[in-house]
Amino acid sequence: MSDLQSPTTDTATAPGKATSSPPTEATAGGDQPTATRRRSLLPSSTLLRHLLLLALGAVATVVILEITDPFTNSQLATLSYYAIAAGGLTVLTGMNGQISLGHGALMAVGAYTTALFLSAEEPPPLPLILLAAIVVATAVGALVGVAAARLHGPYLAGATLALAVGLPGLAIYFHDWLGGEQGMRVRAPRAPEAFDSFISTVSGNSATNTKWLAYVGAICLLITYFLLANLVRSRVGRTWRAVRDQEVAAELAGINLGAWRVLAFTVSAAAAGLAGGVLALVVRLAAPSGFTLVLSLSLLTAIVIGGLGSLLGALLGSALLVFLPPFVTDLGAGWGLDNTEAAQLAPFVYGVVLIVAMIFAPAGFIGTLRMRWLTSRAKRSAARSSGG
Amino acid sequence: MTDARTHGSTAVTTTGGTATAPALLEIEGLTSSYGPVRALDGVSLSAEAGRITAVLGANGAGKTTLLRTVSGLVRCSAGRVTLGGEDITSAPVEAMVGKGMAHVPEGRGVIAELTVDENLRVGSLFRGKVGREEFDRVYDLFPRIAERRDQPAHVLSGGERQMLVIGRALIAKPRILLLDEPSLGLAPRIVAQIFGLLRHLVDTEGLSVLLVEQNARSALSVADVGVVLNLGRVVVTDSARTLMGDEDLRHAYLGF
Repeated sequence: MSDLQSPTTDTATAPGKATSSPPTEATAGGDQPTATRRRSLLPSSTLLRHLLLLALGAVATVVILEITDPFTNSQLATLSYYAIAAGGLTVLTGMNGQISLGHGALMAVGAYTTALFLSAEEPPPLPLILLAAIVVATAVGALVGVAAARLHGPYLAGATLALAVGLPGLAIYFHDWLGGEQGMRVRAPRAPEAFDSFISTVSGNSATNTKWLAYVGAICLLITYFLLANLVRSRVGRTWRAVRDQEVAAELAGINLGAWRVLAFTVSAAAAGLAGGVLALVVRLAAPSGFTLVLSLSLLTAIVIGGLGSLLGALLGSALLVFLPPFVTDLGAGWGLDNTEAAQLAPFVYGVVLIVAMIFAPAGFIGTLRMRWLTSRAKRSAARSSGG
Repeated sequence: MTDARTHGSTAVTTTGGTATAPALLEIEGLTSSYGPVRALDGVSLSAEAGRITAVLGANGAGKTTLLRTVSGLVRCSAGRVTLGGEDITSAPVEAMVGKGMAHVPEGRGVIAELTVDENLRVGSLFRGKVGREEFDRVYDLFPRIAERRDQPAHVLSGGERQMLVIGRALIAKPRILLLDEPSLGLAPRIVAQIFGLLRHLVDTEGLSVLLVEQNARSALSVADVGVVLNLGRVVVTDSARTLMGDEDLRHAYLGF
């Protein structure tokens, strides 16, 4: 049999081919002792790399929140809950190929849970409340996920659409308990004293409640993205992508498609629940009008424009969602438009940006950048192997 | 006929191979339909341990359906499938690999966005933690994919994809490997390599293979036993060498 295999062995040892490519970040390091590693900037272990990014993110958060004004602080708080929900959604849609138009409703679950706990005489500590928001949304998400795992494409979109439209209606139905159309006011908890002293040591700014909530949002965002990033790079993420790309192959490899789809939906619902909790704190209100279909669709556009499956893309898409409208409105006002006209400019420009992005970056910002990078890397390695 | 040489030494041992002990994989009276169209009509065959059993036939003979029904992707309306004596007729698809049956579907089901290495890891998933040396063993079998282990699978050539999916099936340490048209669209040299490797694994490691092929000539050159299907029924079952020698049969059903 050796004569049959000899041709392949020849090509394997052909000069210039054996080390034709550096390992991508997708594989955990340490496994390939022979591969040449040129990405020396970041640690090779996925966990270490993510921990480092987490630390950098924390520092960047403090710097950004301390050099910006209170209004920007509150915008950043808004960004944090959009980005948390979009991060969860991008894992579901980008990694597992399931679409959800109902994430706004799952955020509502988190928000109402938070509002209910905070309306108690003696509210439990904030982390516990947010944890409860996650747990309740996760439970709802798991239920929806069980149904969703049987559905595909447009049918799944339809089912989750029903969730988005129907669930906020519960708040109106149980109006005595959930406040009906007016919603529930949320008494955001005061910042602990440690926070005051932290802020005065770091920057000397005044530790307002707005700032505190921006920090709460940012901390939740960082933790969520850290966990999701690790999950995506783990065997779980691999399995999700296998289920998304090749159902039959995945099934034949012993993967229970339904169970993994439900897991993806559940994880994504957990993120939506936390996002809802943060939203309730930042907006100080949990009302049905805050969780319309528009919210679900905004999340979906955010992850598509940022690049499906990419957490950084979800963050960028959310940033666009939060910062573009006020920016455009200001611009419009600067051009001499009156307030109404300027406000109407924002959705128009957002639509134009979406269209332009889909034309020039069809894989989303991050997806397109990544493709460019892969292409140029392939070109470089081709040039190297033909030269050497 | 570069691949014929893999055959000579082994086929001798199987001529007249009518086994008395129950085979590793027993298929009895398997019937399945796509709506009103009956694709399999009472197919019975057995694949013995340590042998390559080739299922041959024209387009629409039911070859692929046979494999899909055996692994549960298509549910049968009648019949029975046993693996090592255990009835697996109605076991869920994802449980099959745990029972020792790995199915490599037609059209090379590589997971395009995962790297070569990650594809192999998907294959080992159900086993839990799998040692690096087992991956290395697969890479030793397929040096072509070893050098591309960190590249996404969509950059692989057709032959490399076929190697990868076979490797992914082998990582699962199956007792029997179900292969659906591995030669489809591949250069004859690559087909010979892959078939040669299968023969090698069967001879040295006791792997059993149920091979579905349209390319009857190549398949018979590597197989021990051949089963010819036509319109969902078994026409003939015999040793590969006998089938190879039966000119009328070859002309009628195998097209060469």
